[in-house]
Amino acid sequence: MSDPKYLGFDTLSLHAGAAPDPATGARATPIYLTTSYVFKDSDHAASLFNMERAGHVYSRISNPTNAVLEERIAALEGGVAGIAVASGQAAMHLGLATIAGAGSHVVASRALYGGSQNLLAYTMKRFGIDTTFVDPRDLDAWRNAIQPNTKVLFAETLGNPGLDVLDIPKVAALAHEHYLPLMVDSTFTTPYLLRPFDHGADLIFHSATKFLCGHGTAVGGLLVDGGTFDWQQAYEKTGNFAELCEPYDGFHGMVFSEESTVAPFALRARREGLRDFGAVMSPHNAFSILQGIETLALRMDKHVANTRKVVEFLTAHKAVVSVSYPELPSHPDHALARTLLPKGCGAVFSFSIKGDRAAGRRFVESLNIFSHLANVGDAKSLVIHPASTTHFRVPNEQLAASGITEGTMRLSIGLEDVDDLIDDLTRGLKASQKGV
Amino acid sequence: MLLNIQGHDTYCYTGGKPFNPVLPTAVFIHGAQCDHSVWILQTRYFAHHGFGVLAVDLPGHGRSKGTALTSIEAMADWLLALLDAANVRQATLIGHSMGSLIALEATFQAPERVAALALIGTAYPMKVSDALLDAAKNDEQKAIDMVNIWSHSSIAQKPSSPGPGFYVMGGSLRLKQRISAINPAQVFYKDFFACNAYANGERAAQSVKCPTLFLLGKQDIMTPPKTTAILTEAIPHGKVLKIDYSGHELMAEQPDAVLDALFSFAAR
Repeated sequence: MSDPKYLGFDTLSLHAGAAPDPATGARATPIYLTTSYVFKDSDHAASLFNMERAGHVYSRISNPTNAVLEERIAALEGGVAGIAVASGQAAMHLGLATIAGAGSHVVASRALYGGSQNLLAYTMKRFGIDTTFVDPRDLDAWRNAIQPNTKVLFAETLGNPGLDVLDIPKVAALAHEHYLPLMVDSTFTTPYLLRPFDHGADLIFHSATKFLCGHGTAVGGLLVDGGTFDWQQAYEKTGNFAELCEPYDGFHGMVFSEESTVAPFALRARREGLRDFGAVMSPHNAFSILQGIETLALRMDKHVANTRKVVEFLTAHKAVVSVSYPELPSHPDHALARTLLPKGCGAVFSFSIKGDRAAGRRFVESLNIFSHLANVGDAKSLVIHPASTTHFRVPNEQLAASGITEGTMRLSIGLEDVDDLIDDLTRGLKASQKGV
Repeated sequence: MLLNIQGHDTYCYTGGKPFNPVLPTAVFIHGAQCDHSVWILQTRYFAHHGFGVLAVDLPGHGRSKGTALTSIEAMADWLLALLDAANVRQATLIGHSMGSLIALEATFQAPERVAALALIGTAYPMKVSDALLDAAKNDEQKAIDMVNIWSHSSIAQKPSSPGPGFYVMGGSLRLKQRISAINPAQVFYKDFFACNAYANGERAAQSVKCPTLFLLGKQDIMTPPKTTAILTEAIPHGKVLKIDYSGHELMAEQPDAVLDALFSFAAR
């Protein structure tokens, strides 16, 4: 036998979880637009319902197209299971709701996407799950925020809006000292730029709407179980995670940690979370996201290459006050980024121009190639001016506290010819400075 | 279910139902550096279709305490002690890889205790290469990677195990890592050493009188079907089934085919 070698990232991007369709021989993954699946006989039906056999019953629980996507993202992340859901928000909710309930507590980075912030600060709180927000760079703050009822530590791999690079090894080690898992939102980095499980994270979710799909065509979320966290040990040490380690009345007394030594989280997330919350992904969207993942490596290389050139251009421009990108020596996480993100720090970043909100509006409205909209991770370049959109009601003082100025712009760099992007930005910057 | 075997707490998964020794008993024995969970898509069905199920964690593996045993003979002796502790007079023994040797040796030691014998992904002699033995002793992660890569015939098992959306190779990797994390005392090396050193296989097989089933993966390169010849020739009444689209991890790669073959054999 030759020396063992796992298949590489590009190969897995194309093949993991997929085989030619056994019914037709179709090489591409078919879109199984079906709600349900015919049982062979009554015993087969009963055994599927009782999880004695594996298979599809109803597409809210599993679907053959979705399963290919789920297995592919699990392979790319180095995990044990994926679960495809309706959006990134649904993935985050499923991750939390599988192990937290009324009376639980979460410790989360304060540098989060607004939607995640809303879910934790307001919506989950309404259901009895409290969150303490901490500076993601402050390990003592993480440590001091942990309570006996804490169930998970959570942060983004690249925080919002300043691209704080999460020190996954250190935060994961801290979590594990307390028999807690670390969940990360890896949307901005994708498994091509960073594999959080390799550094100690236990759960990952993606807004697959962004770079994984890559073309701005489908909304979807993916939750991935690393199989790394020993829920049974944590239960025996702390009493936490009874959801996974004690009989579950909602499924014939099933003890998920007995059924699967390494993936009780994914079992419960599917068998309870998909079944009951029902935030399933359409197989049509799963197909679109699979198509995107097939070219993820190629696209991310171009996204990063274009971003580096745009960052270089903006950094040298006289109308630009600051650029926040971890590859710049001025970024506080520059050294950490070199360790964790050697392939690049993604294609979403913020910069600030001279001038007030009006200058920001002139900049955005003068761009021809960049699309002004509220999304990131598209093949096309995107721009948003927080002070006149997402944060337009926020007073300047509060903007500053969030690391945002009246002239802050967020760019998502696409796959166009980078010279054209720079020409477009040059035009916008010139317009922005009229009268400044 | 926990039993005390040879002075140590021993875990047995019972298929999601309390174990009932009055029912026909099926004992499932995992292979090297694994635990009961490799049988999830066979055991649960058995337990809900008339069998008492004991899917063991071998000593030092998974949830079972004690140190890993270092010979197949000692493991077989331990298995028979487990039957005593569970008040089981006779059982169908179902073993995978190293577990198949344990089942075979237990049948040799106490044929009256074995109603039927199913050997999955088996070989004799079960020689472990010097490179793999060395890795298991000195670089366990390398050994885990070697076995994980060589044990799977595909990166797209359907319907996957334990269900759609699970990545079989990822699960197998993490399970072997977990076995190491729970018990860092070189379980993998001890298991491989025991497989490699086992010398009673042909004699044991020649003694087998009970119904016997061989389940072999056509694409298995860990225990290729041809390496089962000594055993199949020694048990001429044994039924040999070769399962397509499967490497060494038959229970996860082709869970339905393995279940159907095992259940029709055990319930015959």
